[in-house]
Amino acid sequence: MSEVMVKKKNNTVNKASKREENSFGLQKEKANHIIEVNDLNLWYGSDQALYEVNMDVPEKQVTAIIGPSGCGKSTFLKTLNRMVEMVPVVKTSGSIKYRDQEIFNRKYKQEYLRTKVGMVFQKPNPFPKSVYDNVAYGPRIHGIKKKEILDQIVEKSLKGAAIWDELKDRLHENAYGLSGGQQQRVCIARALAVEPDVILMDEPTSALDPISTAKVEELVQELKEKYSIIIVTHNMQQAARISDKTAFFLNGELIEFADTDHLFQNPQDKRTEDYITGRFG
Amino acid sequence: MDKSLQSEGKSFNVQQMIESNKKKTSIGEKIERIIPTLLFLCAAVSVVTTVGILFTFLRESIGFFSDVSIIDFYTGSQWSPWSGEFGVAPLIGGTLLITLIATIVAVPLGLMSAIFLSEYASDKARRVIKPVLEVLAGIPTVVYGYFALTFVTPMFQFFLPDLGIFNALSGGFVVGIMILPMVASLSEDAMNSVPNALREAAYGLGSTKLEVVVKVVLPAAFSGIVASIVLAISRAIGETMIVTIAAGATPNLTLNPTESIQTMTAFIVQAATGDTSFGSTIYYSLYAVGMTLFVFTLVMNLIAQYISRKFREEY
Ligand SMILES: Nc1ncnc2c1ncn2[C@@H]1O[C@H](COP(=O)(O)OP(=O)(O)O)[C@@H](O)[C@H]1O
Ligand SMILES: [Mg+2]
Repeated sequence: MSEVMVKKKNNTVNKASKREENSFGLQKEKANHIIEVNDLNLWYGSDQALYEVNMDVPEKQVTAIIGPSGCGKSTFLKTLNRMVEMVPVVKTSGSIKYRDQEIFNRKYKQEYLRTKVGMVFQKPNPFPKSVYDNVAYGPRIHGIKKKEILDQIVEKSLKGAAIWDELKDRLHENAYGLSGGQQQRVCIARALAVEPDVILMDEPTSALDPISTAKVEELVQELKEKYSIIIVTHNMQQAARISDKTAFFLNGELIEFADTDHLFQNPQDKRTEDYITGRFG
Repeated sequence: MDKSLQSEGKSFNVQQMIESNKKKTSIGEKIERIIPTLLFLCAAVSVVTTVGILFTFLRESIGFFSDVSIIDFYTGSQWSPWSGEFGVAPLIGGTLLITLIATIVAVPLGLMSAIFLSEYASDKARRVIKPVLEVLAGIPTVVYGYFALTFVTPMFQFFLPDLGIFNALSGGFVVGIMILPMVASLSEDAMNSVPNALREAAYGLGSTKLEVVVKVVLPAAFSGIVASIVLAISRAIGETMIVTIAAGATPNLTLNPTESIQTMTAFIVQAATGDTSFGSTIYYSLYAVGMTLFVFTLVMNLIAQYISRKFREEY
């Protein structure tokens, strides 16, 4: 019964059994899978960066991705909202389903996917605009123009990112004037403003000081009430603190994917054990 | 302790070597001291030249304004110096008309090229197009002038049969082509310097390519783009050869681009190359017109500098 998720070729069987479990109404841990990745391979030109990745991301939980630098964490994350295709030489094979829809399908619109699967980047990247315009950017490009509605969205999103109290009197200041930690939370608010379903975070605290890091970590805990979160981190303590499930990547392969407690206390794979005990990476 | 610092066999002391070398370098030190003065003198050449030009302008202009009242000069609407009428408005009007036409041609084309190069072009396309643009920037203006007179005007005449041989339209059009590479290349630099992280942020929120360009890249590069346009306009104001060849020599206060006009620069060429006797009023009028032209381009350059300084603060 242990949820070791490194799926082998028998994943159809696996899935069928899971569906049964769901119909028995088992609790959150066996929640729906919001994203299902099957046999994903990815190449940058002729260099393969991801090998046969299979992973089912649970809904409304925090999934952490750990692994040494260069193992493909960012690549994998960016594949989930197809941002990776901004690199022209990228080729992929395999399947990624978001809510049972194949996102690699040619008819599937990337813009739509990205309103559902939002992203927060490693380095805070606010637009050189006011805090308000930053947060209102997403709703605006998707056609929401009414000022009263935008005002509400901005307030709600900044509250959601736990930065409303700090910034409510500075909404019309340029976001570039804020501290790094504040900028990052504005970026989180900006992602929340389009009310996505999934939030991808790529080492969101690596450029922040410890206090800002603590705030963002706390925030992630609150956000999982409403959002499914996938967070890349090179910090294993952070993964252990904030995630429900953890995936360990090595050299472009998903080595192990399990409940966080399970993975850290009782790793099934020797390489996972070596990594979390600090023997390499 | 000492022994551990010495390599086996040979012993040397770095501090001593530095000391003895220091004595040898006293000549070097002198050069070191002279260099700043030398560099200052080089830099001073351009400052002195500018001041000299300004001073000459002012002195000769003052000579002119003792013959013709400065009020008549700037308010009169008739420029026929050979019959004693010195109202500069038609020349300014001619310059502005050319500049306006050139801007209408260069800004949209230049911006579109810049957007294409910076946001849409593949590496391959960029590698072909950029050098071509640079070639365009390197063509001598006299060639542009003949191009305007012998190719563009006949082409326009096909659509506008009444168009004269000399007209503001083809002059302005070709000045526009001449400043286009400037707008394109400086705007492209401005867009290129917009960090990719901003584009990623916008794509990450579900923007289309066009939305990224219009809502993120252009606003972020705005001051750089404006600076490029202002600089290009100031080039157009000072452009001489094309308008002298193609736009005619008829001082003419008009907004009609099909008419022949004369710009400030073209008048200066006409008067300076004709048989104007030294000390005559026409001779001095060159300086008054030159001064006016200088103020125009100076103001444009100051605006461009101001904007690009602001631009640097943005990210
Ligand atoms: N834009 C790119 N072009 C080519 N190779 C890339 C690019 N981005 C990443 N890679 C390669 O893909 C591999 C995985 O990189 P990445 O996903 O950034 O790793 P991580 O985020 O785990 O540090 C690395 O070998 C890296 O060199
Ligand atoms: Mg990374």
